[in-house]
Amino acid sequence: MAPHTEQLTRPAVRLRGLTRAFEGRTVLDGLDLDLPAGQFTALLGHSGSGKSTLLRAIAGIDHGVAGSGTLTAPERVSVVFQDSRLLPWRRILPNVLLGLDGKDAGERGRAALAEVGLGGRERAWPSELSGGEQQRAALARSLVREPELLLADEPFGALDALTRIKMHALLRQLWERHRPSVLLVTHDVDEAIALADRVLVLEDGRIGLDLTVGRDGPHAHGEYRTRLLKALGVSDDAP
Amino acid sequence: MTAVTTTTTTAATTAAPAPPAAEEEHQVERRRRLSPGKRLPATRITGPLLVLALWAAASAAGRLDPGAIPAPWTVVETGVRLWNEGTLTDDVLTSLQRAGAGFAIGLTAGIVLALAAGLSRVGEALIDGSVQLNRAVPTLGLIPLFILWLGIGETFKIAIIAIVVYIPIYLNTHAALSGIDHRFVELAEVQGLSRSAFVRQVVVPGALPGFFVGLRLGVTGSWLGLVVLEQINATSGLGYMMFQAQNYGQTDVILVGLVVYGLFGLVSDTAVRAIERRVLSWRRTLSS
Repeated sequence: MAPHTEQLTRPAVRLRGLTRAFEGRTVLDGLDLDLPAGQFTALLGHSGSGKSTLLRAIAGIDHGVAGSGTLTAPERVSVVFQDSRLLPWRRILPNVLLGLDGKDAGERGRAALAEVGLGGRERAWPSELSGGEQQRAALARSLVREPELLLADEPFGALDALTRIKMHALLRQLWERHRPSVLLVTHDVDEAIALADRVLVLEDGRIGLDLTVGRDGPHAHGEYRTRLLKALGVSDDAP
Repeated sequence: MTAVTTTTTTAATTAAPAPPAAEEEHQVERRRRLSPGKRLPATRITGPLLVLALWAAASAAGRLDPGAIPAPWTVVETGVRLWNEGTLTDDVLTSLQRAGAGFAIGLTAGIVLALAAGLSRVGEALIDGSVQLNRAVPTLGLIPLFILWLGIGETFKIAIIAIVVYIPIYLNTHAALSGIDHRFVELAEVQGLSRSAFVRQVVVPGALPGFFVGLRLGVTGSWLGLVVLEQINATSGLGYMMFQAQNYGQTDVILVGLVVYGLFGLVSDTAVRAIERRVLSWRRTLSS
């Protein structure tokens, strides 16, 4: 892993004038953004604000979408989707190893599964796992590739509240251990503040607010929350 | 509040909280069951056995005309006699060869065409429309044309069976290929799968359920084609044996032929089901 100083000087993701449009409707409008290596960033925005469009552009899977601008991203990128996307016809370990080869792949897959708390479930079918466990397996699948950039598109959106809290802790812990750059797309303001060191609000196809979140105690949480909700155009005490 | 007990045991009743007024309390009785309930044992064999018993009883009582419907034991005797004489074995082998060759060609063609049409847009443009047209023409209607083209020998019979088989296999496999969840395609892209790994690990397993539907229809189709071909234009085979028996009024021989056809169908369908269960074992976890 690169030394800390270099991480700060060389961004992992660099976007300049990124524009994307669907059938004439501009979703991303000349967006500029740098994501430093190793930073945990959350991206907030209303539904339809282009959060997923941005993530898919960075992942390089926005085929057939009209657009312009420059975009650089690391070589090893992993994506976690809202659904776990485990192939139902493969057991958990082969699912985690999808697209990975090499002699030690199996060993790495087992280690990744152990790390997300699924050690011993290698031979289970995806349908035998609970929703939370499936999403853990999806996390293992993205981790095993040792990504420099982890893109997560509302990865906890389909989970129940209690499972989500556990998954927050797990994701933060995994990030602290492996230090990839993370871009977490979410619509949950509290999730963004709880997990990220930097929260972006996407508005009218550009970054409307760029907020650095200090981890210096719970007293600041409310203040961040108010500012983010204001940027999103939602009143904190609205009915 | 009403005391709700799902059973009529006293324990449940006493456990209920004291009702504010006595007249409000009432026992909940189970609703009338509308579903058919528990399955009887050996369900699938019961009906056929009953029919067989009725047939035997009616024959023994002399209530059936032996010329129209011979007794079950007569059919068995005739079958054993034909088998020992070697004529039944020859006819069965001839029929099996025809059906087997036609089925193998149809299966291969169905899979290859479905893959070509499902995996490339050029293939789809060239193949799919043609197969849909081919499907619109009833295959058995092609018999006169094929006899003129290929002669009345084995080739034309195998060709007709192959066409009957490839169509359902193509249609179902192609539908399954084009119906593969787009999210899995996206996943394969994200995971950096090569095209061949994508086909092997995502496309083929994803299309297998559809393929098996087509396979079972194809197997049934191959027997159907065989029966028709052998009864119209053959000088050997099971159908020919039955056609001859019709001329001589040998109902028992016709029934032997039908029993053998039935066995063919039953055995092949069971085999396909067994393969399907093994290959699609991951699906069982969904239904159980």
